Amino acid sequence: MDANFSHALARVARLGRKGCDLLEALGRAGLFLGQSAISVPSREGWRLWMQQMHFVGVLSLAIVLVSGLFIGMVISLQGYTILVEFGAEEALGQMVALSLLRELAPVVAALLFAGRAGSALTAEIGLMKATEQLSSMEMIGVDPLRRVVAPRLWAGFVSLPILTVGFSVVGVWGGYLVGVQWLGVFEGSYWSNMQASVTFLNDVGNGMIKSMVFAVVVTWIAVFQGYDLVPTSEGISRATTRTVVYSSLAVLGLDFVLTAVMFGGL
Amino acid sequence: MKRSKTMELGVGLFMLAGIVGLIFLGLRVSGLSLTSSTQTFHLEANFANIGSLKPRARVTMAGVTVGRVESIELDTEWYDARVVMKLNSDLEGQISRDSTAAILTAGLLGEQYIGLSIGGDPEMLADGETIRDTQSAVVLEELIQQFVSSMANG
Repeated sequence: MDANFSHALARVARLGRKGCDLLEALGRAGLFLGQSAISVPSREGWRLWMQQMHFVGVLSLAIVLVSGLFIGMVISLQGYTILVEFGAEEALGQMVALSLLRELAPVVAALLFAGRAGSALTAEIGLMKATEQLSSMEMIGVDPLRRVVAPRLWAGFVSLPILTVGFSVVGVWGGYLVGVQWLGVFEGSYWSNMQASVTFLNDVGNGMIKSMVFAVVVTWIAVFQGYDLVPTSEGISRATTRTVVYSSLAVLGLDFVLTAVMFGGL
Repeated sequence: MKRSKTMELGVGLFMLAGIVGLIFLGLRVSGLSLTSSTQTFHLEANFANIGSLKPRARVTMAGVTVGRVESIELDTEWYDARVVMKLNSDLEGQISRDSTAAILTAGLLGEQYIGLSIGGDPEMLADGETIRDTQSAVVLEELIQQFVSSMANG
Protein backbone atom coordinates (compact mmCIF):
# COMPACT_ATOMS: atom_id res chain seq x y z
CA MET A 1 0.00 0.00 0.00
CA ASP A 2 2.71 2.41 1.07
CA ALA A 3 4.94 1.43 -1.83
CA ASN A 4 2.08 1.89 -4.25
CA PHE A 5 1.38 5.33 -2.86
CA SER A 6 4.94 6.55 -3.21
CA HIS A 7 5.01 5.11 -6.73
CA ALA A 8 1.93 7.13 -7.68
CA LEU A 9 3.45 10.20 -6.06
CA ALA A 10 6.58 9.79 -8.17
CA ARG A 11 4.43 9.65 -11.31
CA VAL A 12 2.66 12.87 -10.39
CA ALA A 13 6.02 14.49 -9.75
CA ARG A 14 7.24 13.34 -13.18
CA LEU A 15 4.16 14.88 -14.78
CA GLY A 16 4.84 18.09 -12.90
CA ARG A 17 8.43 18.16 -14.11
CA LYS A 18 7.27 17.67 -17.71
CA GLY A 19 4.84 20.56 -17.30
CA CYS A 20 7.54 22.81 -15.87
CA ASP A 21 9.89 21.86 -18.72
CA LEU A 22 7.21 22.68 -21.26
CA LEU A 23 6.44 26.05 -19.69
CA GLU A 24 10.14 26.84 -19.43
CA ALA A 25 10.67 26.01 -23.11
CA LEU A 26 7.72 28.18 -24.09
CA GLY A 27 9.04 31.05 -22.03
CA ARG A 28 12.52 30.64 -23.51
CA ALA A 29 11.04 30.60 -27.02
CA GLY A 30 8.98 33.73 -26.31
CA LEU A 31 11.95 35.62 -24.89
CA PHE A 32 14.03 34.45 -27.84
CA LEU A 33 11.45 35.77 -30.34
CA GLY A 34 11.13 39.08 -28.51
CA GLN A 35 14.86 39.68 -28.16
CA SER A 36 15.76 38.82 -31.73
CA ALA A 37 12.82 40.20 -33.70
CA ILE A 38 12.88 43.60 -31.97
CA SER A 39 16.41 44.66 -32.72
CA VAL A 40 17.20 47.76 -34.72
CA PRO A 41 18.64 46.72 -38.10
CA SER A 42 21.98 48.25 -38.96
CA ARG A 43 23.31 48.71 -42.50
CA GLU A 44 25.05 45.37 -42.12
CA GLY A 45 21.74 43.90 -40.93
CA TRP A 46 20.03 44.89 -44.17
CA ARG A 47 22.67 43.03 -46.18
CA LEU A 48 22.28 39.92 -44.04
CA TRP A 49 18.49 40.14 -44.36
CA MET A 50 18.85 40.42 -48.12
CA GLN A 51 20.99 37.26 -48.21
CA GLN A 52 18.39 35.37 -46.19
CA MET A 53 15.54 36.69 -48.34
CA HIS A 54 17.38 35.22 -51.31
CA PHE A 55 17.85 31.90 -49.59
CA VAL A 56 14.48 31.62 -47.86
CA GLY A 57 12.24 33.41 -50.34
CA VAL A 58 13.60 33.50 -53.87
CA LEU A 59 14.87 29.92 -53.84
CA SER A 60 11.53 28.64 -52.47
CA LEU A 61 9.69 30.32 -55.32
CA ALA A 62 10.04 27.42 -57.76
CA ILE A 63 8.53 24.70 -55.59
CA VAL A 64 5.71 26.98 -54.36
CA LEU A 65 4.74 28.15 -57.84
CA VAL A 66 4.82 24.67 -59.37
CA SER A 67 2.69 23.29 -56.51
CA GLY A 68 0.29 26.22 -56.89
CA LEU A 69 -0.11 25.56 -60.58
CA PHE A 70 -0.91 21.89 -60.09
CA ILE A 71 -3.25 22.49 -57.15
CA GLY A 72 -5.17 25.10 -59.14
CA MET A 73 -5.42 22.67 -62.04
CA VAL A 74 -6.62 19.81 -59.82
CA ILE A 75 -9.30 21.93 -58.07
CA SER A 76 -10.53 23.06 -61.44
CA LEU A 77 -10.73 19.49 -62.76
CA GLN A 78 -12.36 18.08 -59.63
CA GLY A 79 -14.70 21.05 -59.29
CA TYR A 80 -15.78 20.76 -62.90
CA THR A 81 -16.75 17.08 -62.59
CA ILE A 82 -18.85 17.89 -59.49
CA LEU A 83 -20.40 21.15 -60.72
CA VAL A 84 -21.27 19.86 -64.18
CA GLU A 85 -23.68 17.39 -62.60
CA PHE A 86 -25.74 20.32 -61.32
CA GLY A 87 -25.33 22.28 -64.52
CA ALA A 88 -23.41 24.87 -62.52
CA GLU A 89 -19.99 24.72 -64.17
CA GLU A 90 -20.20 28.53 -64.52
CA ALA A 91 -19.41 28.69 -60.79
CA LEU A 92 -16.01 27.08 -61.37
CA GLY A 93 -14.10 30.36 -61.13
CA GLN A 94 -15.73 31.12 -57.80
CA MET A 95 -14.85 27.68 -56.43
CA VAL A 96 -11.21 27.80 -57.55
CA ALA A 97 -10.62 31.35 -56.31
CA LEU A 98 -12.33 30.99 -52.95
CA SER A 99 -10.75 27.67 -52.04
CA LEU A 100 -7.31 28.94 -53.03
CA LEU A 101 -7.50 32.35 -51.39
CA ARG A 102 -9.14 31.31 -48.14
CA GLU A 103 -7.61 27.93 -47.47
CA LEU A 104 -5.18 26.24 -49.79
CA ALA A 105 -2.73 29.00 -50.63
CA PRO A 106 -1.90 30.00 -47.03
CA VAL A 107 -1.83 26.43 -45.70
CA VAL A 108 -0.03 24.61 -48.50
CA ALA A 109 2.47 27.42 -48.99
CA ALA A 110 3.22 27.35 -45.24
CA LEU A 111 3.66 23.55 -45.24
CA LEU A 112 5.97 23.71 -48.26
CA PHE A 113 7.83 26.60 -46.64
CA ALA A 114 8.32 24.58 -43.45
CA GLY A 115 9.73 21.69 -45.44
CA ARG A 116 11.86 23.70 -47.86
CA ALA A 117 13.13 26.64 -45.80
CA GLY A 118 12.28 25.86 -42.15
CA SER A 119 14.22 22.60 -41.96
CA ALA A 120 17.21 24.23 -43.65
CA LEU A 121 17.15 27.11 -41.14
CA THR A 122 17.12 24.66 -38.22
CA ALA A 123 19.98 22.61 -39.62
CA GLU A 124 22.07 25.68 -40.42
CA ILE A 125 21.71 27.33 -37.02
CA GLY A 126 22.05 23.94 -35.31
CA LEU A 127 25.33 23.25 -37.04
CA MET A 128 26.55 26.73 -36.10
CA LYS A 129 25.76 25.89 -32.50
CA ALA A 130 27.32 22.41 -32.65
CA THR A 131 30.57 23.79 -34.14
CA GLU A 132 30.53 26.53 -31.48
CA GLN A 133 30.32 29.38 -33.98
CA LEU A 134 27.57 30.97 -31.93
CA SER A 135 29.55 30.96 -28.71
CA SER A 136 32.67 32.29 -30.47
CA MET A 137 30.55 35.14 -31.81
CA GLU A 138 29.52 35.95 -28.26
CA MET A 139 33.21 35.78 -27.27
CA ILE A 140 34.18 38.52 -29.72
CA GLY A 141 31.22 40.67 -28.67
CA VAL A 142 28.85 40.00 -31.57
CA ASP A 143 25.30 39.23 -30.50
CA PRO A 144 24.29 36.02 -32.34
CA LEU A 145 20.61 36.91 -31.91
CA ARG A 146 21.13 40.06 -33.94
CA ARG A 147 23.70 38.71 -36.35
CA VAL A 148 22.34 35.22 -37.09
CA VAL A 149 18.78 34.92 -35.86
CA ALA A 150 17.12 38.27 -36.58
CA PRO A 151 17.80 38.36 -40.36
CA ARG A 152 16.46 34.82 -40.74
CA LEU A 153 13.34 35.55 -38.72
CA TRP A 154 12.53 38.70 -40.69
CA ALA A 155 13.28 37.03 -44.01
CA GLY A 156 10.76 34.33 -43.11
CA PHE A 157 8.14 36.85 -41.93
CA VAL A 158 8.34 38.77 -45.20
CA SER A 159 8.77 36.01 -47.73
CA LEU A 160 5.96 33.59 -46.81
CA PRO A 161 3.14 36.11 -47.50
CA ILE A 162 4.76 36.92 -50.85
CA LEU A 163 5.01 33.21 -51.67
CA THR A 164 1.33 32.81 -50.72
CA VAL A 165 0.31 35.57 -53.12
CA GLY A 166 2.32 33.85 -55.85
CA PHE A 167 0.66 30.54 -55.03
CA SER A 168 -2.84 32.05 -55.36
CA VAL A 169 -2.10 33.86 -58.61
CA VAL A 170 -0.56 30.81 -60.26
CA GLY A 171 -3.35 28.59 -58.91
CA VAL A 172 -6.09 30.82 -60.36
CA TRP A 173 -4.23 30.77 -63.66
CA GLY A 174 -3.90 26.95 -63.52
CA GLY A 175 -7.64 26.70 -62.84
CA TYR A 176 -8.23 28.92 -65.85
CA LEU A 177 -6.02 26.73 -68.04
CA VAL A 178 -7.87 23.54 -67.16
CA GLY A 179 -11.39 24.94 -66.80
CA VAL A 180 -11.53 27.36 -69.70
CA GLN A 181 -8.90 26.18 -72.17
CA TRP A 182 -9.32 22.44 -71.75
CA LEU A 183 -12.82 21.72 -70.41
CA GLY A 184 -14.49 24.60 -72.22
CA VAL A 185 -16.13 26.63 -69.44
CA PHE A 186 -17.06 30.03 -70.88
CA GLU A 187 -14.23 32.45 -70.15
CA GLY A 188 -16.47 35.41 -69.27
CA SER A 189 -18.40 33.48 -66.66
CA TYR A 190 -15.19 32.07 -65.13
CA TRP A 191 -13.92 35.58 -64.35
CA SER A 192 -17.24 37.33 -63.67
CA ASN A 193 -18.49 34.70 -61.22
CA MET A 194 -15.12 34.92 -59.49
CA GLN A 195 -15.29 38.71 -59.27
CA ALA A 196 -18.89 38.66 -58.06
CA SER A 197 -18.14 36.31 -55.16
CA VAL A 198 -14.60 37.23 -54.02
CA THR A 199 -14.30 40.29 -51.83
CA PHE A 200 -10.89 41.85 -51.40
CA LEU A 201 -10.98 42.46 -47.65
CA ASN A 202 -12.80 39.30 -46.65
CA ASP A 203 -11.10 36.75 -48.87
CA VAL A 204 -7.76 38.14 -50.02
CA GLY A 205 -7.25 40.08 -46.78
CA ASN A 206 -8.07 37.21 -44.45
CA GLY A 207 -5.88 34.87 -46.52
CA MET A 208 -2.99 37.31 -46.11
CA ILE A 209 -3.58 37.56 -42.34
CA LYS A 210 -3.51 33.77 -42.13
CA SER A 211 -0.29 33.60 -44.08
CA MET A 212 1.36 36.27 -41.90
CA VAL A 213 0.45 34.31 -38.78
CA PHE A 214 1.82 31.12 -40.35
CA ALA A 215 4.99 32.95 -41.37
CA VAL A 216 5.66 34.02 -37.79
CA VAL A 217 4.88 30.59 -36.36
CA VAL A 218 6.84 28.50 -38.88
CA THR A 219 9.94 30.70 -38.87
CA TRP A 220 9.87 31.02 -35.11
CA ILE A 221 9.68 27.26 -34.61
CA ALA A 222 12.41 26.62 -37.19
CA VAL A 223 14.88 29.14 -35.83
CA PHE A 224 14.18 28.36 -32.18
CA GLN A 225 14.59 24.61 -32.72
CA GLY A 226 17.96 25.31 -34.33
CA TYR A 227 19.05 27.66 -31.55
CA ASP A 228 17.88 25.45 -28.70
CA LEU A 229 18.98 21.99 -29.82
CA VAL A 230 21.40 19.55 -28.18
CA PRO A 231 24.64 20.28 -30.06
CA THR A 232 25.33 16.81 -31.44
CA SER A 233 24.71 15.32 -34.86
CA GLU A 234 21.79 13.36 -33.45
CA GLY A 235 20.43 16.52 -31.85
CA ILE A 236 20.52 18.33 -35.22
CA SER A 237 18.63 15.54 -36.99
CA ARG A 238 16.02 15.44 -34.23
CA ALA A 239 15.58 19.19 -34.23
CA THR A 240 15.15 19.25 -38.01
CA THR A 241 12.44 16.59 -37.79
CA ARG A 242 10.78 18.44 -34.92
CA THR A 243 10.73 21.65 -36.95
CA VAL A 244 8.77 20.04 -39.78
CA VAL A 245 6.42 18.13 -37.47
CA TYR A 246 5.72 20.99 -35.06
CA SER A 247 5.28 23.61 -37.73
CA SER A 248 2.96 21.41 -39.81
CA LEU A 249 0.80 20.68 -36.77
CA ALA A 250 0.84 24.32 -35.67
CA VAL A 251 -0.16 25.51 -39.15
CA LEU A 252 -3.04 23.05 -39.48
CA GLY A 253 -4.31 23.66 -35.94
CA LEU A 254 -4.05 27.44 -36.16
CA ASP A 255 -5.72 27.31 -39.56
CA PHE A 256 -8.82 25.82 -38.01
CA VAL A 257 -8.87 28.42 -35.24
CA LEU A 258 -8.33 31.32 -37.64
CA THR A 259 -10.96 30.01 -40.07
CA ALA A 260 -13.47 29.65 -37.24
CA VAL A 261 -12.79 33.26 -36.17
CA MET A 262 -12.80 34.72 -39.69
CA PHE A 263 -15.50 32.77 -41.50
CA GLY A 264 -17.33 30.94 -38.71
CA GLY A 265 -19.81 33.79 -38.24
CA LEU A 266 -20.95 33.77 -41.85
CA MET B 1 30.46 41.89 -55.02
CA LYS B 2 28.87 41.12 -58.39
CA ARG B 3 27.22 38.08 -56.89
CA SER B 4 25.61 40.21 -54.21
CA LYS B 5 24.25 42.64 -56.84
CA THR B 6 22.45 39.87 -58.74
CA MET B 7 21.15 38.55 -55.42
CA GLU B 8 19.76 41.97 -54.52
CA LEU B 9 18.15 42.14 -57.94
CA GLY B 10 16.57 38.72 -57.37
CA VAL B 11 15.17 39.74 -53.98
CA GLY B 12 13.89 43.02 -55.44
CA LEU B 13 12.13 41.18 -58.27
CA PHE B 14 10.70 38.69 -55.75
CA MET B 15 9.16 41.45 -53.66
CA LEU B 16 7.94 43.27 -56.77
CA ALA B 17 6.30 40.04 -57.93
CA GLY B 18 4.50 39.85 -54.58
CA ILE B 19 3.09 43.36 -54.99
CA VAL B 20 2.08 42.73 -58.61
CA GLY B 21 0.43 39.47 -57.52
CA LEU B 22 -1.56 41.27 -54.81
CA ILE B 23 -2.72 43.85 -57.37
CA PHE B 24 -3.77 40.99 -59.68
CA LEU B 25 -5.74 39.40 -56.84
CA GLY B 26 -7.41 42.73 -56.13
CA LEU B 27 -8.29 43.77 -59.67
CA ARG B 28 -8.78 40.56 -61.57
CA VAL B 29 -9.89 38.03 -58.94
CA SER B 30 -11.92 40.15 -56.53
CA GLY B 31 -13.04 42.67 -59.16
CA LEU B 32 -12.07 45.89 -57.40
CA SER B 33 -12.03 48.85 -59.71
CA LEU B 34 -10.06 51.96 -59.02
CA THR B 35 -12.48 54.51 -60.46
CA SER B 36 -15.87 53.33 -59.22
CA SER B 37 -15.83 55.15 -55.88
CA THR B 38 -16.49 58.63 -57.27
CA GLN B 39 -18.73 58.15 -60.30
CA THR B 40 -21.84 56.56 -58.84
CA PHE B 41 -25.20 57.58 -57.43
CA HIS B 42 -27.65 55.82 -55.14
CA LEU B 43 -31.22 54.67 -55.57
CA GLU B 44 -33.36 52.84 -53.03
CA ALA B 45 -36.12 50.30 -53.50
CA ASN B 46 -38.38 48.48 -51.03
CA PHE B 47 -39.19 44.83 -51.65
CA ALA B 48 -41.72 42.65 -49.84
CA ASN B 49 -39.30 39.71 -50.09
CA ILE B 50 -35.72 39.76 -51.35
CA GLY B 51 -35.24 35.99 -51.49
CA SER B 52 -31.50 35.37 -51.27
CA LEU B 53 -30.30 38.69 -52.67
CA LYS B 54 -26.93 39.65 -51.21
CA PRO B 55 -24.95 42.88 -51.00
CA ARG B 56 -22.67 43.25 -54.06
CA ALA B 57 -25.25 41.51 -56.26
CA ARG B 58 -25.52 42.93 -59.78
CA VAL B 59 -28.06 45.54 -60.85
CA THR B 60 -28.86 45.21 -64.54
CA MET B 61 -30.83 47.06 -67.15
CA ALA B 62 -31.75 45.11 -70.28
CA GLY B 63 -29.22 42.50 -69.11
CA VAL B 64 -26.33 44.99 -68.96
CA THR B 65 -24.71 45.41 -65.53
CA VAL B 66 -25.15 49.04 -64.49
CA GLY B 67 -24.40 48.85 -60.78
CA ARG B 68 -24.31 46.81 -57.60
CA VAL B 69 -26.41 46.36 -54.47
CA GLU B 70 -24.71 48.31 -51.70
CA SER B 71 -26.71 47.37 -48.62
CA ILE B 72 -29.87 45.58 -47.56
CA GLU B 73 -31.70 46.33 -44.33
CA LEU B 74 -35.08 45.76 -42.73
CA ASP B 75 -37.37 48.78 -42.89
CA THR B 76 -39.04 48.70 -39.46
CA GLU B 77 -41.80 51.11 -40.55
CA TRP B 78 -43.27 48.85 -43.21
CA TYR B 79 -41.50 45.57 -42.31
CA ASP B 80 -40.12 45.07 -45.76
CA ALA B 81 -36.57 45.08 -47.09
CA ARG B 82 -34.91 48.33 -48.14
CA VAL B 83 -32.24 47.78 -50.79
CA VAL B 84 -29.73 50.53 -51.54
CA MET B 85 -28.26 50.31 -55.05
CA LYS B 86 -25.15 52.01 -56.36
CA LEU B 87 -25.47 52.82 -60.08
CA ASN B 88 -23.14 54.24 -62.73
CA SER B 89 -23.30 58.01 -62.85
CA ASP B 90 -24.09 58.00 -66.61
CA LEU B 91 -27.62 56.98 -65.61
CA GLU B 92 -28.13 59.81 -63.13
CA GLY B 93 -31.23 61.76 -64.12
CA GLN B 94 -32.06 59.18 -66.81
CA ILE B 95 -34.27 56.82 -64.77
CA SER B 96 -37.89 57.87 -64.78
CA ARG B 97 -40.04 58.00 -61.68
CA ASP B 98 -42.24 55.03 -62.68
CA SER B 99 -39.37 52.62 -63.46
CA THR B 100 -39.66 49.13 -61.99
CA ALA B 101 -37.13 47.04 -60.09
CA ALA B 102 -37.50 43.24 -60.01
CA ILE B 103 -35.42 40.57 -58.29
CA LEU B 104 -34.48 37.98 -60.90
CA THR B 105 -32.53 34.74 -60.79
CA ALA B 106 -29.68 33.82 -63.14
CA GLY B 107 -30.55 30.35 -64.41
CA LEU B 108 -32.67 28.02 -62.29
CA LEU B 109 -30.54 28.02 -59.14
CA GLY B 110 -28.05 30.80 -59.86
CA GLU B 111 -27.32 34.03 -58.03
CA GLN B 112 -30.10 36.60 -57.65
CA TYR B 113 -29.81 40.10 -59.10
CA ILE B 114 -31.95 43.19 -59.64
CA GLY B 115 -33.34 44.01 -63.08
CA LEU B 116 -34.40 47.59 -63.70
CA SER B 117 -36.79 48.45 -66.51
CA ILE B 118 -37.37 52.01 -67.52
CA GLY B 119 -40.80 53.66 -67.40
CA GLY B 120 -42.35 56.49 -69.39
CA ASP B 121 -42.73 59.27 -66.80
CA PRO B 122 -41.02 62.52 -67.89
CA GLU B 123 -39.94 63.16 -64.28
CA MET B 124 -36.65 61.51 -63.36
CA LEU B 125 -35.37 60.02 -60.08
CA ALA B 126 -32.56 61.93 -58.39
CA ASP B 127 -29.73 60.63 -56.18
CA GLY B 128 -31.07 58.87 -53.06
CA GLU B 129 -34.70 58.62 -54.15
CA THR B 130 -36.81 55.47 -54.01
CA ILE B 131 -38.18 53.31 -56.81
CA ARG B 132 -41.85 52.73 -55.96
CA ASP B 133 -42.77 49.93 -58.34
CA THR B 134 -41.00 46.75 -57.27
CA GLN B 135 -41.43 43.04 -57.82
CA SER B 136 -40.24 40.61 -55.15
CA ALA B 137 -38.09 37.56 -55.59
CA VAL B 138 -39.72 34.33 -56.70
CA VAL B 139 -39.46 31.93 -53.78
CA LEU B 140 -39.47 28.36 -55.00
CA GLU B 141 -41.44 27.04 -52.01
CA GLU B 142 -44.28 29.53 -52.56
CA LEU B 143 -44.39 28.62 -56.23
CA ILE B 144 -44.68 24.92 -55.40
CA GLN B 145 -47.37 25.67 -52.79
CA GLN B 146 -49.43 27.60 -55.33
CA PHE B 147 -49.03 24.82 -57.84
CA VAL B 148 -50.08 22.15 -55.33
CA SER B 149 -53.14 24.11 -54.09
CA SER B 150 -54.26 24.86 -57.65
CA MET B 151 -53.92 21.14 -58.44
CA ALA B 152 -56.04 20.32 -55.39
CA ASN B 153 -58.73 22.84 -56.35
CA GLY B 154 -58.82 21.86 -60.00
